[in-house]
Amino acid sequence: MTTSDAEPRWVDDDAGPVVRPYAMTRGRAIAKNRFNVISLVAATRVAPPAEVGIGPEHIRIVGLCQERPLAMAEVAAHLGLPLGTVRVLLDDLLARQLVRVTEPAQHTNLPDNRVFEALINGLRAL
Amino acid sequence: MDYERSDGDEARAAVLPTAVKILVAGGFGVGKTTLVGAVSETKPLRTEELLSEQGVGVDDISGVESKSTTTVAMDFGRISFGDDLVLYLFGTPGQDRFWFVWDELALGALGAVVLADTRRLADCFPSVDYFEQHGLPFVVAVNCFDGARRYSIDEVKLALNLDPEVPVMLCDARERDSSKDVLITLLEHVMKGRAAGREPASVGS
Repeated sequence: MTTSDAEPRWVDDDAGPVVRPYAMTRGRAIAKNRFNVISLVAATRVAPPAEVGIGPEHIRIVGLCQERPLAMAEVAAHLGLPLGTVRVLLDDLLARQLVRVTEPAQHTNLPDNRVFEALINGLRAL
Repeated sequence: MDYERSDGDEARAAVLPTAVKILVAGGFGVGKTTLVGAVSETKPLRTEELLSEQGVGVDDISGVESKSTTTVAMDFGRISFGDDLVLYLFGTPGQDRFWFVWDELALGALGAVVLADTRRLADCFPSVDYFEQHGLPFVVAVNCFDGARRYSIDEVKLALNLDPEVPVMLCDARERDSSKDVLITLLEHVMKGRAAGREPASVGS
């Protein structure tokens, strides 16, 4: 890979049938972040103001994550976009502080079994 | 846990829930999405990752459309426990060769369920190998299709050459209670491993 984060990668016709997602990210194929599929996305504002660089997909993400935070994979599924595209859009939203993204805790670092017990009890009660 | 606050918006600065995930792996058509759907609060969602040939690396993708990109789909579901805990269940992509997608999915996962079909037991070998190699705790759940129970649990254990501590159980992925039991068995197994100090190696890093 010869491109760096500072040099957005432009994708040409060889990209095949994926032009639309890349067009949405203005040609950038590689996001700066490597968010987990369960990284939680929460909106920080009610509605983003119309501004250059903010497209309808950005606004949809902010709208989706108003009520409750959604995992990145949920955002991707609701928008019908590949995860890689959503990562790029999240870069834009983070740069404008329109969302917060929280990485999941590594369970190897969990100090005790509380999460496991809550999951087991929760599942039993379903 | 300490969460940063956004500028002046108190309502949205509330503590975010803890998100955890469990993987559901196994061969094509073994019932991964069925199990996810049986316990999730909504019907399974689907997300996709686009792979370039670079991403696929040295793997042979002949037989796949010879385009420069290909798509790997993952079905997943969500179970919320109150406001502060969310469990995501991710079906691993059927194409076992896309290991880097597995690495991404396995990163931070609590553990995995390997679904097996005794009519095609070999289909779950790659999943078992993957979780063993990466030290991710797992259970094997034999999905009983219409009561098709051809082998005993011990025979499955033997055929898969499993560590004796790995739980093997029968299940019906269509049934909510049965699928719940599989997840509970996995979580208890993970807790036992933690107590024994067997921490999983970090995956994909």
